[in-house]
Amino acid sequence: MNSKLTLKAAFISLMMLAVFLGAWQLATQPKESVVQASADSEYAAMMGKGKEQSGFPTPGMVGKSFVTYLSDPFYDKGPNDKGIGIQIAYSLGRVALGFLLATIIALPVGFMIGMSPLLYKAFDPFIQVLKPISPLAWMPLALYSLKDSDISGIFVIFICSIWPMLINTAFGVSSVRRDWINVARTLEVNPLRKAFLVILPAAAPTILTGMRISMGIAWLVIVAAEMLVGGTGIGYFVWNEWNNLALPNVIFAVAMIGVVGMFLDLFFGWLQKLVTYRE
Amino acid sequence: MSTHFLTVESLKKVFPATNGVANLPVFDDINFHIDKGEFVCIVGHSGCGKTTILNVLAGLDEASAGEAFMDGREVRGPSLDRGVVFQSHALMPWMSVLGNVAFAVKSKWPDWSKQKIAEHCTGYLEMVGLGHAIHKKPAELSGGMKQRVGIARAFAIQPKMLLLDEPFGALDALTRGTIQDELLKIVQATHQTVFMITHDVDEAILLADKILLMSNGPHAKIAEIVEITMPRNRTRQGIHHDPQYYKIRNHLVDFLVNRSKTYAGAEAEMFHDAKNPPVVRPGLEGDLAAVVAMPADKPVQQLKQVVNQ
Ligand SMILES: Nc1ncnc2c1ncn2[C@@H]1O[C@H](COP(=O)(O)OP(=O)(O)O)[C@@H](O)[C@H]1O
Ligand SMILES: [Mg+2]
Repeated sequence: MNSKLTLKAAFISLMMLAVFLGAWQLATQPKESVVQASADSEYAAMMGKGKEQSGFPTPGMVGKSFVTYLSDPFYDKGPNDKGIGIQIAYSLGRVALGFLLATIIALPVGFMIGMSPLLYKAFDPFIQVLKPISPLAWMPLALYSLKDSDISGIFVIFICSIWPMLINTAFGVSSVRRDWINVARTLEVNPLRKAFLVILPAAAPTILTGMRISMGIAWLVIVAAEMLVGGTGIGYFVWNEWNNLALPNVIFAVAMIGVVGMFLDLFFGWLQKLVTYRE
Repeated sequence: MSTHFLTVESLKKVFPATNGVANLPVFDDINFHIDKGEFVCIVGHSGCGKTTILNVLAGLDEASAGEAFMDGREVRGPSLDRGVVFQSHALMPWMSVLGNVAFAVKSKWPDWSKQKIAEHCTGYLEMVGLGHAIHKKPAELSGGMKQRVGIARAFAIQPKMLLLDEPFGALDALTRGTIQDELLKIVQATHQTVFMITHDVDEAILLADKILLMSNGPHAKIAEIVEITMPRNRTRQGIHHDPQYYKIRNHLVDFLVNRSKTYAGAEAEMFHDAKNPPVVRPGLEGDLAAVVAMPADKPVQQLKQVVNQ
């Protein structure tokens, strides 16, 4: 029954994809009857694209990009020409570092805030003000004070992923069932054991939700941050290909960003499932 | 004066004001005692403060006035000497059945080896008839089985005293009966000292040596102490055949339906000595419940006058 449903859904998905590609093909088909203005054709000739240039790339051109880049993802021919695998690895590396730093700070601090209603109240106004700031708004300050574009990128990831984790950890810890705390109290469990064996597992699903949200935001932000600071990474790749007016490559990169983001989310979804308990 | 195992003296609880409106004391001047090996039930209407008393005895809550002594020492904070069975079983859902009990046992005896802990826990889980389910998660158990795990967990740390807050309240009648039988057997074998809240009169008669009747709040009091005079080797099947049973039952139901209100408030204090609540043995008397130890300085006539007003 369920597998039948999956099969049907997969069929419909494929249909939609085919319709989308077909429409795309139709909309971008080179129109031979159109006589191009001389300035345009000169420009086109200059760009070396010949007469089939019609603006938006066709599915075929994008497909060629896919094949070229995926067949050799790890080549490195200087600063402006690296394989897609290397670019994504740079981005993932920055995200991982910034995210890790945020975790190292957000979990203990969130734990502390969650345990103490006083600290919860005291921290709250700061969190409320800092949380809605676009992480990119920190970029000038980061560039000025850190004086390094790479570290600034990591900092931006750090600052955008810390809030959901902090808030969810504090909330998860503060709303651990009173009964479980009371069990630990009547058993005279020492604070460390209580923290790791009762509060942490009880709050883990909420904490993991926060981490999943953080990772989603971090992956959104890294692309923009790399467009700003340049150098390496998938964001820079998009920007660079745009400057080359290589739209097929841009579309290819956009698709890759989506796929990597999906796998990151799947990974955190899997972690979430591991720590979720049924009552 | 504290020659009893547990003594509760002048206990009072006022919850902090809510929205600036001061609360009346839920109960005040609560006095009673429990001897070693005794099984004491407390019965009273919902909201009279039974759970609050139990939480104070467990050390989970603090009284506003008065104190509780156990084994010669004042109760201050929770202790492994007092095992608690919570109404909502309070099992940790991320641990297995064995893990839940082992968590408690490891807390009591941190130096024990893993294997010794597992053997000890398995023994107690078998005692409550769960030997086959030790590796299951609580979510895979029925309500009755979860409550059994809670009982095994409390017994496994071998506390000096066991506190149970309506442990069977959420169970269906059939399951409740089976677990009552099990608890009865275990308690008869171990001579465990128990303080238990229940709203089930039959359960109280089956299990208890004495029943504390609590009047309604605010200013709730221990109105009466009912001694269960039937022999200790009771069974759920046989208890109905004892002629004492219905006398005791009628007495308890009469209290809950008709008399639980009259002890509250100022007029009650004229005839009721809260420091020394009357002890009654309805099982041994004729048709009327007899007051065995009515305080001498507060004559019965006065009681009638007040009630008739
Ligand atoms: N944390 C609290 N704050 C204020 N009032 C409370 C609190 N806990 C219990 N109460 C009140 O105290 C009374 C006694 O509660 P409880 O001990 O749970 O009663 P019982 O267990 O006998 O049903 C109730 O009227 C309840 O509303
Ligand atoms: Mg209660």
